[in-house]
Amino acid sequence: MLRYVLKRLGAGFLTVFFLATATFVLMHSVPGDPLARAKAMTPQIRANLEAKYGLDKPKLVQYGVYLANMARGDFGISFTQQNRTVNDIIRKHFPVSAKLGVFSLFFATLGGIAFGAAAARARGRVGDGLLMLFVILGISVPSFVFAALAQWGMTELNVWAGYTVIPVAGWGSLRHMLVPALVLGLGSMAFLTRLMRSSLLEVIHQDYVRTAAAKGLSPRRILVAHQLRNAILPVVTVLGPAIAAITTGGFVVEQVFAIPGLGRYFVQAVQQLDYTMIMGLTVFYGAFLVLMVILVDLAYGFVDPRISVTGARA
Amino acid sequence: MSTASSQPAAAPAPGLRGEDFAPVTSARGERGPTRPSLSYWADAWIRLKKNRQAVVSLAMVVLLALFCTVGPLLWRVDPNAQDLTRYLEAPSLGRTAVVLAEPVPMEPMTLPDVPARAQGVDGASLPAPAKLELLEDPTTLSVRLRWAPVPGAAGYQVYRSTAKPEGDYLGLPLGRIDAGNVVSFEDTFNLEAQTYYYSVVAANGADSPRAATVTVRPARAIGLAAAQALQPGIAEGATYRYPLRPLGTDNLGRDLLVRLMRGGQVSLSIGFFAPLLYLLIGVLIGGISGYLGGAADQWIMRFVDFVLALPSLLVLILISVALGAGPGRSIAALIIGLVALSWSGAARLTRGQVLQLRESEFVQAARLLGAKPGYLLLRHLLPNTLGVILVSFTFAIPGAIFTEAFLSFIGMGVKPPMPSWGNMAENGYNTFLTSPHLFIFPALFISAAVLAFNLLGDGLRDALDPKLRSRE
Repeated sequence: MLRYVLKRLGAGFLTVFFLATATFVLMHSVPGDPLARAKAMTPQIRANLEAKYGLDKPKLVQYGVYLANMARGDFGISFTQQNRTVNDIIRKHFPVSAKLGVFSLFFATLGGIAFGAAAARARGRVGDGLLMLFVILGISVPSFVFAALAQWGMTELNVWAGYTVIPVAGWGSLRHMLVPALVLGLGSMAFLTRLMRSSLLEVIHQDYVRTAAAKGLSPRRILVAHQLRNAILPVVTVLGPAIAAITTGGFVVEQVFAIPGLGRYFVQAVQQLDYTMIMGLTVFYGAFLVLMVILVDLAYGFVDPRISVTGARA
Repeated sequence: MSTASSQPAAAPAPGLRGEDFAPVTSARGERGPTRPSLSYWADAWIRLKKNRQAVVSLAMVVLLALFCTVGPLLWRVDPNAQDLTRYLEAPSLGRTAVVLAEPVPMEPMTLPDVPARAQGVDGASLPAPAKLELLEDPTTLSVRLRWAPVPGAAGYQVYRSTAKPEGDYLGLPLGRIDAGNVVSFEDTFNLEAQTYYYSVVAANGADSPRAATVTVRPARAIGLAAAQALQPGIAEGATYRYPLRPLGTDNLGRDLLVRLMRGGQVSLSIGFFAPLLYLLIGVLIGGISGYLGGAADQWIMRFVDFVLALPSLLVLILISVALGAGPGRSIAALIIGLVALSWSGAARLTRGQVLQLRESEFVQAARLLGAKPGYLLLRHLLPNTLGVILVSFTFAIPGAIFTEAFLSFIGMGVKPPMPSWGNMAENGYNTFLTSPHLFIFPALFISAAVLAFNLLGDGLRDALDPKLRSRE
């Protein structure tokens, strides 16, 4: 087990290292440098700035310094945000994104399991059809469309009510978070609903379910203790992709709802070609996602004793 | 038949003759219930046609493709032609304007027997002007108002609003008249053929809180010189027909319909060619890996796992930032990024298939007959994985369209002025509340395309691969 964990962590480390290198190479191949956009400056000021950001050194030295700093967890100073280090920005704004992400992951899993189970129980009837329509729409319609429609709906609601029932944008209270979290989790929720439905349909005809019924257990107990418990297992496997989808989906949703999360800063950094921010945030996001996938895989081994993560798969 | 012929030769039954017992030959065409053999693809096509959802989605895909390819041939409008006189126009089936003589500014109506500047009156106590009315038929060239003078006024303030005035908000302050005896106003400012509410309040020092309001709906008109510039020889009093903009125009006055067609060309070609390329690469690598087996397979698969573990959207953003600068390069950057990151899934899929097929009898037979590895791979192994590959192709298309839209929406995909559905949606989002059509149409096309390809993929999977059949 320990060997497996170490192996996975090693592979994850390699991925992050590659990501850091690719980021460095790609960012330094962009035409134009970050200082080109600033106001006209004298050669002396320019030289000072280059020295401050280390741009005057050879590329290979810059790369070495960059890797050493990354290894120490120091992502450098932002080019466009005056006097803010990338670490500061992560520390201040990642919790916002994380809060939103956890909330919408909660929405997605709970909704996905509930809707999926409901659809499977109503198989072939109207409820099933409606839920499947929701699923295919949730998978096919981009989140920014839902975001725009939700915003429009909230505006209309607020105008109709005459006061702010739900704030259209911004951050602060639980009410601010409600709609963005829902919009962010919608795609994953649709995906999980479909998975849960087919998973439950598979379980319904298993022998142990028939045995449970033959023993005279109540239908409710069969559903909860025998069917749902087993049907939920595959859902855990897609939590990794779902976390990735929600993390990157945050780029759009935070932008649309004006939420001061890290995703919004990342998008801004890319648009403004803020070198250090892009490099730091890419590595940070990459490390975060890789770690999440490893954790989900390990969790799967704990949840389903039939699966042995260390090798020999069933 | 067979039982009859296996009977020992006995005396023929009455009424039967010897030739009735002749063997049935194939020449008589009575070989029993056989049909011409069906190929895998013909069988799949028949099954697909039975699936109503798949047929509808296939029709949708064909329609979308026709819209983007044949559409621009029929609807010949320059997608980059800007017309700042017609920006943010709503969808309409036609727009006409009456051609009028060149407008002459109106002389203000001054009443000689009314004092221009009354003394010692508090403006806040003045009543609303009486008899606020139109001097002549309102047009988008000019709206002329007049009203009865308010005794004690030293001037008037004119407002215009597009919504019915509520409370003390009267709209845009259009103009101020600094004389109590001037009782007319001409508005020529940026008029549209829509309902306006004009309000006039009297003033003397302070503005009166009481306003007179009149509702005006100007008819669309165009000046003679402007009309003749657009359509030489058009006469005064004639009706000028504007070029049709069925889906309206964007914030630069460009035709939305033709931009949707061109944007669709970009979005759909990214959605088609990126998956085509990365599936080709993935199939080849996966096929070789599976066929070779052993250490080579191990190393290739380790690399595949590594690529699969990369957070693809992050890398895609990096690639499109690094390579996407410069006109027209953003599309190439997007395709390169998609190919570089997505071939690994197809490689793993194909490898699994080839590993299964490698030991099957027909491959062994071909090998015994002396088939070379390359021939075996291209002729026997890969064609047999085609069904699975086709299904994953159909699912890869909406994925790529989705990715393009997502990246363009955050400004990292296809860069303007090149239209794509994604960046059109991004552009339209800014004016969503005032001009919803700019956002709704691109969003609708993205959603419809993704939906159609997803449903078609479901149908194809059911038709091509009964093993993977979805549990419906």
